[in-house]
Amino acid sequence: MTAAGFALRNVIRNLRAGDLWVLTAAVAVAVAAMTAVGFFTDRVSRAVDIRSAEVLAADLVVNSKRLITPDYQDRARELGLDTASATSFPSVVLAGDSSALADVEAVSAGYPLRGELKTSVSLDDVAGVTTALPAPGEAWADAKLLARLDADVGAEIALGSIRLRVTGVLRYRPDQGWSFVDLAPTLLINEADVPATGLVLPGSRVSYRQLFAGAPDDIVTLRDFVESRLEPGESLRDLGDAGPEIRTALERAHRFLRLAALVGSLLAAVAIAMAARRHASRQVETVALMKCFGARQGFVLRVMMAELAILAACAGLIGVLLGYLSQLGLSALLAELAGADLPTPGWGPVAGGFLMAGLVMAGFALPLLAPLKRVPPLRVLRHDLPGPRPSALFAYGGAGAAIFALLLWQVGDLRLTAWVATGFLVAAGGLMVIGGALVWLATRIRGTAGAPWRYAVASLARRGGESVVQVVAFGLGIMVLLLLTVVRNDLMDEWRATLPERAPNRFLINIQPHEAEAVESFLGERGAETRLVPLVRARLSAIKDRPVAEIDFPTLRGKRLADREGNLSWSSTLQDDNEIVAGRWWDDDPLPGEVSVEADFARDAGIGLGDRLDFNVAGETFSAEVTSLRTVQWDSFKPNFFMLFSPGTLEVYPRTHIGSLFVDDSRDQTVLELVRRFPSVTVIDIEAVIGQVRRVMDQAAIAVQYVFLFAIAAGIVVLLAVVESGRDERLFESALLRAMGAKRRQILASTAIEFGLLGALSGLLAAGGALAAGWLLADRVFRLEFNGSPWLWATGTLAGLIVVGVSGLLATRRVLDQPPMAVLRRF
Amino acid sequence: MDAPTAASVLAARNLTRKVSSPEGTLTILDDIDLDIGRGESVAVIGPSGAGKSTLLALLAGLDSPSEGEVWLDGQALTGLDEDGRAALRAGRVGFVFQSFHLVPSLTALENVMLPLELAGQSEARAAAESVLDRVGLTPRRRHYPRQLSGGERQRVAIARAFVGQPLVLFADEPTGNLDAETGSRVADLLFSLNDESGTTLVLVTHEERLADRCDRALRLRSGRLV
Repeated sequence: MTAAGFALRNVIRNLRAGDLWVLTAAVAVAVAAMTAVGFFTDRVSRAVDIRSAEVLAADLVVNSKRLITPDYQDRARELGLDTASATSFPSVVLAGDSSALADVEAVSAGYPLRGELKTSVSLDDVAGVTTALPAPGEAWADAKLLARLDADVGAEIALGSIRLRVTGVLRYRPDQGWSFVDLAPTLLINEADVPATGLVLPGSRVSYRQLFAGAPDDIVTLRDFVESRLEPGESLRDLGDAGPEIRTALERAHRFLRLAALVGSLLAAVAIAMAARRHASRQVETVALMKCFGARQGFVLRVMMAELAILAACAGLIGVLLGYLSQLGLSALLAELAGADLPTPGWGPVAGGFLMAGLVMAGFALPLLAPLKRVPPLRVLRHDLPGPRPSALFAYGGAGAAIFALLLWQVGDLRLTAWVATGFLVAAGGLMVIGGALVWLATRIRGTAGAPWRYAVASLARRGGESVVQVVAFGLGIMVLLLLTVVRNDLMDEWRATLPERAPNRFLINIQPHEAEAVESFLGERGAETRLVPLVRARLSAIKDRPVAEIDFPTLRGKRLADREGNLSWSSTLQDDNEIVAGRWWDDDPLPGEVSVEADFARDAGIGLGDRLDFNVAGETFSAEVTSLRTVQWDSFKPNFFMLFSPGTLEVYPRTHIGSLFVDDSRDQTVLELVRRFPSVTVIDIEAVIGQVRRVMDQAAIAVQYVFLFAIAAGIVVLLAVVESGRDERLFESALLRAMGAKRRQILASTAIEFGLLGALSGLLAAGGALAAGWLLADRVFRLEFNGSPWLWATGTLAGLIVVGVSGLLATRRVLDQPPMAVLRRF
Repeated sequence: MDAPTAASVLAARNLTRKVSSPEGTLTILDDIDLDIGRGESVAVIGPSGAGKSTLLALLAGLDSPSEGEVWLDGQALTGLDEDGRAALRAGRVGFVFQSFHLVPSLTALENVMLPLELAGQSEARAAAESVLDRVGLTPRRRHYPRQLSGGERQRVAIARAFVGQPLVLFADEPTGNLDAETGSRVADLLFSLNDESGTTLVLVTHEERLADRCDRALRLRSGRLV
């Protein structure tokens, strides 16, 4: 018989006899954790691929904050290319007594040049492809916008100075992008309606797009033509540029989810190693017997390898199926973030799942089973002969190599892998030390409590190493759950407590200079006083006479902030949420040409006191000298700026005004009136924004918790592995105790105490870890006071006690169901 | 040293086994010469610690001697590595142990099939069923070892030893773990199967009654044949 055939029979017989299930379950959990995330990320990536192909709605797009010169369009027509244009700006839309912020997309005939629009005739209707566009006087609104306005198709809405009839629900447009925080749903209107809205004025936040599509060669010709004539503020995008940011962001999110899943997988790997060790020790006699019957070492090794391969295939299949089912849950939880209609996943994660099963078997189980080939046949006669021990290098080396390979596979970057591996090792080592100390302490307190307690503690102490692994495994799972629920809520509460009672909750933008005074007095008359500040949009062109494009910035953030068109303002007084940290503020004798720079931005962009900065506003250039650096309390929710100028510097340039105010629920009407009276003013509801951000955070947290449930599942498999490995011993002890007169209830109590204690220790470790992590986050990342709830200790301990206590009791119940005589006769 | 005769299925010359211990080198077996013919049944008898099991291990190629030679079916075991000895044993040798040595995860039938499966025989099941029937355990063939009594377990072990129709059967205290009555019935079974198959039997025991049922007995005392 071939080794594979023999192995197959052996596996089937072992499974039927009740062996190998824990090993199979452990591999299945490890695979399920990875494939659940694998399937999900595969689906999201596919969605991105599909959408990025049409994400521009054209082959080439020119973007600009200002009107685009007709030269490009003329040249495109000469080349025989299709063209279309789109204008987008944020605005408040009114319907009856409701208002909502919308991203208005005004498009010309021909839009979209690539991809299709999908609409439906009512909110309840299914989406269909359309080639039409809203006629002048009509609008198609995103379903979310209609929901916020409490309106449906047929409603009349006000946009700036005009009224439009909603004639369709916009379900999809190719260039809608991937706004993870969808602050402003789209309102699609006809470009011809834009002037009448009165919303597009100098200084408004408007962006223009000119779309081109056609033969690739002609597109290249046009691209060269446009590129050589690009004005400051204009940018060019083609398919090659589409979606790199989203891909980077997604890759980060995926990497994080994969690492979270890996924690579960690695915990499951501990169970794999434990189950394999038990299997190996049970196989020693069988292998000795096989050798008596003439089996050679090579045959034994091939049988062991084939057995593991067969098990890996079965467990891989179960894991992949579980992973597929689990990702359905993950996709549903993250529907708002990832989009509701994700494409079906490919076969990649399936292959990955089987590869994973093979890898963990090879890394964690094979080094323990392979040495069986060296079992001496003489063991059939002499039981005192030691079984072969795996060499430490082989056992730990195998596990270490498997962990490193898994990390590299999931992280995909050697340097980062080395860091994460070091982090894993340090964290695991630290947890093991603390867990070990907890177990040691617990076993010191045998005390004078009753026999069940003493017996439970003795049992815990005897299985010292395994007890520590269990405490750490469960502790880690519970810790993450605590961190993401209790501690997160505590942090949110702390943050809220730092906000003033009447912190501004509405932002006003796009206020034209001639309206500023009227808006101020309109609000003042209604008891909602606000100070409007001027805003000029400009681009930083040079620092110390070096053009920005040539500067090698100290940080990426600095480069990004310096590259984009920024908001500038001026003021004679310093706001109370600003503080000068270097230089001096122009108190009474402001001179034109001074600028105060926000300290963090200055550091990131390499700007210092006395530096000369050049700016470009609508084609004109001016300079200013840095005379102070400021810190800004951004979460005061008042308008604040990276760059604040002395009076007399910016007044000559086109500007708008912005402001913020606090509106309580009873004064919501004021905002509606304001928007009616000043249609070009855009009101942004910060509370809605915070709510949206919070929802996103909640969703992400739930997703991470969901992934960490695998860590709990892995903990339970570890528990099963431990129970299984000590089963014979436990069976013998309990039979002996019962033979000596112990009642079933007493043994049950002792077992419950043992696992309860183990669970309580895990919970304690988890609570400590969650509080420490919460404090670190509060102090180092969010700069908040953190007073972790003392209830966390109780919550953690109780959670551990129940989860571990109950599952441990269930797993050992069978031990007590056997009559003592039957057990004792076996030993 | 004389080479074994052609009639010997098992032979040993100058067979010596020494082990090192904290008290110095111990000689477990000292200069053993023996020849066992085809179909013969030979008892190795002696008190505990006389070296009976060590002799059986060396004759079966489970262990290597410190000095001397062993021939099994005319082939010298000395000089063969563990794999070589395993290959020589395959299909030629059967075992019955004092502590049965059944594989706990295999049923009675599967335990009997094991040597045939390892030897790659396709008719393993039919052969195993027939031998199990012969030892009277057909109704118990699907039971696991833990569900069988001691006597039944040893009968399974005997069936497993004979199923491959070995040239030599090594039995190490086959009734040592059984009560007198069960032991006697198991011994009856062992000898009658041995008679039917014409297998050479090497029986290690400390029971004179059992040794008397063999064609001859080799007496060991302190590692030497007496």
